[in-house]
Amino acid sequence: MQTSQTYRFHFLVLFLVLIAVFLVNLSMGSVSIPLDEIFSVFIGNGASKETWRYILMDYRLPKAITAMLAGGGLAISGLLMQTLFRNPLAGPFVLGLSSGASLGVAILILGASAFGGFFGTLLLSQWSLVIASALGSFLVLLAVLAVTFRIKDTMAILIIGLMFGSVTTAVVSVLSYFSNAEQLQQYIFWSFGSLGNQSWQGVFILVICFLAGLLLSIFSSKSLNALLLGENYAKSMGLHIKKTTFIIILATSILAGSITAFVGPIAFVGLAVPHLVRQFYKSSNHLVLMPAVLLCGALLMLVCDTLAQLPFSEFTLPINAITSLVGAPMVIWLLVRKRKLFF
Amino acid sequence: MDSKKKNIILESRNLTVGYVKKTGNLIIADTVNFSIEKGELVGLVGANGIGKSTLLRTLTGMQNSLNGEVFLNEKNLKEYSSFQLATQLSVVLTEAPTSKNLSVIEMVSLGRQPYTNWVGSLSEEDKKTIQSALEATETEALANRKCFELSDGQMQRVAIARALAQDTPLIILDEPTTHLDIYHRAYILKLLKKLASETKKTILFSTHEIDLAIQLTDKMLVMAKGETYFDDPCKLIEAGRFDSLFPKETIDFDGKTGRFTIRK
Repeated sequence: MQTSQTYRFHFLVLFLVLIAVFLVNLSMGSVSIPLDEIFSVFIGNGASKETWRYILMDYRLPKAITAMLAGGGLAISGLLMQTLFRNPLAGPFVLGLSSGASLGVAILILGASAFGGFFGTLLLSQWSLVIASALGSFLVLLAVLAVTFRIKDTMAILIIGLMFGSVTTAVVSVLSYFSNAEQLQQYIFWSFGSLGNQSWQGVFILVICFLAGLLLSIFSSKSLNALLLGENYAKSMGLHIKKTTFIIILATSILAGSITAFVGPIAFVGLAVPHLVRQFYKSSNHLVLMPAVLLCGALLMLVCDTLAQLPFSEFTLPINAITSLVGAPMVIWLLVRKRKLFF
Repeated sequence: MDSKKKNIILESRNLTVGYVKKTGNLIIADTVNFSIEKGELVGLVGANGIGKSTLLRTLTGMQNSLNGEVFLNEKNLKEYSSFQLATQLSVVLTEAPTSKNLSVIEMVSLGRQPYTNWVGSLSEEDKKTIQSALEATETEALANRKCFELSDGQMQRVAIARALAQDTPLIILDEPTTHLDIYHRAYILKLLKKLASETKKTILFSTHEIDLAIQLTDKMLVMAKGETYFDDPCKLIEAGRFDSLFPKETIDFDGKTGRFTIRK
């Protein structure tokens, strides 16, 4: 099995491209900031205009970091799910994970009056948002998994995932019917998805969740490789299927759940990026795929965010729309070119 | 007697296999008794649906037995942890790997999993074992091919190479000759024979190639309705154990040639 060392140069190039796009992302927007000013702010010298420093440090930098974490994390969770569910169509969105997260957040925001005093400090509310969202996605994944233990047909599992998704959507509709306008607005804005308006505190929480999910994923990479042969073969090589499955699901729900909590449901990144990476990397080793998927996911999200800011204009498009606009044609192109979608 | 006992690797005592159902146990086969010695090539034959796969699943620990015991190296199969078992017993299943994108070398390397560290990096020794597994199955030339590019015959050789890389004293194969042409069926069985005699591995496989198995195996396990027989192929023929395997009006066993002929 080829090791990640073989691809060290690849990863370095990808990383450099990522940094370049990161800088471009920082400088573009309704106000463009020259590159040398960005460096000057980073070194601590401040910018020639105080507003630039403010825009950079309090808006664009946390947004860019959030974009990279969200893109990389969603792509990794997509990779894990495609291997776990033995299905190239699996992804956080398709399997109802994002709807689960939405349900968690909806219950929290829309049902807040019922629980009372749930929103204490800003920190508490952000943590609770994350926990609600991660819990929601974890529950949906568990439900999907409970079904997988009974049904071996992967198509059936996908359909069941979609059904769970529509059930949660329905529950959200019922909840929103009974909630007041203010709460509803808060929820709807969350569901549009937005990378911006992140406090540093929020970014910090996201980083912690991201690292936790990433560590669990790296820890599972050997088991994931075994799962490529199928459950029975994996078992015959000494793998504890239940323990492994639990860890993988925990990792995906922490990643997808926390990201969805902060930036809202984001489609396609989790599904498209692993396939994109598989086209260029001949390896199936998850230790090779994971860094590649992570970097490409972060890159794709940054590019999408740069597009969403609509350079040289004052408008910002919802990020969810842009990822779908970029992601869907990409998947179609892959399918048409390769005529098959392996995992 | 004692020295013979030491040579026994896999033993089944009054084994009953089947499934636990809500309405009661569904018994597929009962009182299965046999003891396989080290280095033997054993063929498991029987009609479709008689329970060959169920028996193999029970012997490999993938399914619990309803009654009776299986001993591997004189230790009850149930006392093995899944990790310990992985170093004693490897399998070749009828199912293809779920990921069609795996390359041959990757698939064979996965056989080293019980021996590698937590990220699965391969040591020099691992690489040597993988190389010799590829050589033994003549699959070196395929090393960088993807699984979806392989023919059925090639795929089967690669699956055997993976089991060899796992480096276990016992290998159990479920119908390794299905979907293959007559040449590849003979090729795979000869390969198994060679592995058993050269590497002293014990190999148990199920097959529908009864005539080929009679010619090649050391022992055979015949599953008939209600009873299983374990012996040398010649003794099994003498005792007429193959005669009752299939309905006589369609197909008949000729003890002299060791072949089945169609009744016209």
